[in-house]
Amino acid sequence: MTREAVVTPPVREVPVPRLPERQRAPRKPSVAVWKFSSCDGCQLTLLDCEDELLAVAGAVELSYFLEAGFSSDGPYDLSLVEGSVTNEADRRRIERVRAVSKHLVTIGACATAGGIQALRNFGDVEEFLSIVYASPRLVEALGESTPISAHVPVDYELRGCPITRAQLLEVVLAFLHGRRADVVASSVCSECKLTGNVCVTVADGMACLGPVTHAGCGALCPSYKRGCYGCFGPMESPNLPAMIGGLNRRGLDDGSVVRLLRSFNAAAPQFQAATQALIEMGECPT
Amino acid sequence: MGSVVIDRRGFELLIAALQSRDYKVVAPTARDGAIAYDEIGGVSDLPAGLTDEQEAGSYRLWCRDDDALFGYAVGPQSWKRYLFEPKTVVFRAQRVERVGFVRAGPSDAAPRYAFVGVRSCEIAAIGIQDRVFLGGSHADPHYRARRDAFIVAVQCGEPGGTCFCASMRTGPRAEAGFDLALTEIVAGDRHEFVVEVGSSRGDDLLGQVPSRPADSSDLGAARAVTDSASERMGRRLDADGLPERLAAVLEHSHWDQVASRCLGCTSCTLVCPTCFCSRVSDTTDLKGLEATRTRTWDSCFTLGHSYLHGGSVRSTIRDRYRQWLTHKLSTWVAQFGTSGCVGCGRCITWCPVGIDITVEVQALLAPLGPGRPTVSPGAGAPVEPAAPAEVPR
Repeated sequence: MTREAVVTPPVREVPVPRLPERQRAPRKPSVAVWKFSSCDGCQLTLLDCEDELLAVAGAVELSYFLEAGFSSDGPYDLSLVEGSVTNEADRRRIERVRAVSKHLVTIGACATAGGIQALRNFGDVEEFLSIVYASPRLVEALGESTPISAHVPVDYELRGCPITRAQLLEVVLAFLHGRRADVVASSVCSECKLTGNVCVTVADGMACLGPVTHAGCGALCPSYKRGCYGCFGPMESPNLPAMIGGLNRRGLDDGSVVRLLRSFNAAAPQFQAATQALIEMGECPT
Repeated sequence: MGSVVIDRRGFELLIAALQSRDYKVVAPTARDGAIAYDEIGGVSDLPAGLTDEQEAGSYRLWCRDDDALFGYAVGPQSWKRYLFEPKTVVFRAQRVERVGFVRAGPSDAAPRYAFVGVRSCEIAAIGIQDRVFLGGSHADPHYRARRDAFIVAVQCGEPGGTCFCASMRTGPRAEAGFDLALTEIVAGDRHEFVVEVGSSRGDDLLGQVPSRPADSSDLGAARAVTDSASERMGRRLDADGLPERLAAVLEHSHWDQVASRCLGCTSCTLVCPTCFCSRVSDTTDLKGLEATRTRTWDSCFTLGHSYLHGGSVRSTIRDRYRQWLTHKLSTWVAQFGTSGCVGCGRCITWCPVGIDITVEVQALLAPLGPGRPTVSPGAGAPVEPAAPAEVPR
């Protein structure tokens, strides 16, 4: 590609009014919060940052955030995107969001893995529509619920159903100061051990997805004596066959394992591959 | 400083004496179906009449027939939680106009701990972490500030199903490394503690408690408790020459076999009383005026632990399991002069899928059968899969 010389017309010097030194503040980064197919829980996490909310609102320009009543045309320094892509209009809209965003961060299981609505990926949408809706023709839906990264480049993915507010703040702060976010991708087991929880699998024989699930919730369920439901999706190197073998040995049949893995992160690649393999073995109902 | 005998009331007074000397007394308690260390108010907080049943990947608490206060083996936590805390603020720094970052003074006021119920394997583990954190030219200030804890050991009478301290020669009888060591004697109506003294401050504290001198039958009864325990170890490991023998099987096909079962979840390393790995992260406040450097427990099972530029050096679970096991039992010796394993069995009990270090070592070191080359000829060479057995037609 050749670059043509650009001839600029002579411009008359116009004196620029200068603000007094102390009033000239650097432009605040503009932040937009977008919703796709989702329950709003993740973006409400931002409003849930009660103690820090005013300080965050003071540090950034919240330019587009319908839940809080802001909207502008952009462009934006940081777009936080909630929800998955489930219809044609959203498929086009995410491309526009990407085009007007310097940085795009997905927040939550829907935006990162397709969400609970990705259960449709394992069935026939036309069939659901005909059963559920009086006028299926009025419903416009794609056959699959897909994560944002299936459509546009994503700069960072924050996990969780919903996300944790401390991690959301950390990612926003890291963005503001141009540093790496302090978010780890190891298992929920590591959070249980840091917290001092007694392992619910070893001490109570409970089914717990902690060993294959991404940290970030602070081991919320095991802290209340419940097994992990896998809300944060697969950890950095999940060994699903070993996990499934362990669950089987503790009395969970393959059908129950499939139901356990097919929830908020059903379409996360490692979880999906594991459940499909179980179903293809033909031993369990879909 | 001869041994003495105290009764249950005397033990209560001993705890009270520690508290009156401003020690924060941490001891075993029963919590969430396990023995867990916690700060106690008095002897009534101890798990009286409880015992544990431990197997690979399984732990259950049961009632005992007696009121023993220490009738169980070690639980999921170790004293490392108090000496090398899960999360430590290393320092804070403030941004000052035209100066840069100014380090805020250390705000680390270490608690004055008394640990009650420390087992022999745990004293050995603390000794191993001493070498890690206090050895060499850079002692860790956070660890050092906590290390002066008063240690009341308890000699083991009930080894767990996954214990193998006798194999690692770290127990069940503690010979040193404590201020006081108790052997609990429960028989019929008798409930007493034979107390050995390990330091002058231990002797000093014991002087505040009514006691009688231990006679030879008391000492014999105390000795019988640990002698019996050492014969009832749930596991054993042939520790002779382990460093060299493991170094010779780095390409054994069994590593792949373990890797197929290992979850890479980090549980074994975080319950281990000697594992000392941590990661360090920096965070900032909203205005970017204050930065905090934090040290958090990490594990050689995370990808971040071996991340160098471009990626993780140990990218597979096989690499990471092999690193953990061979560090613990082999290269640790070259690095610190001792084994990294004390035989407490926590990694076996608290593995969600019950991987057993003693079984894996046995498989790795088993003599090779004729005609089944499971060890590759040279380090780094690909491992030939074992030929399937011939099926007679």
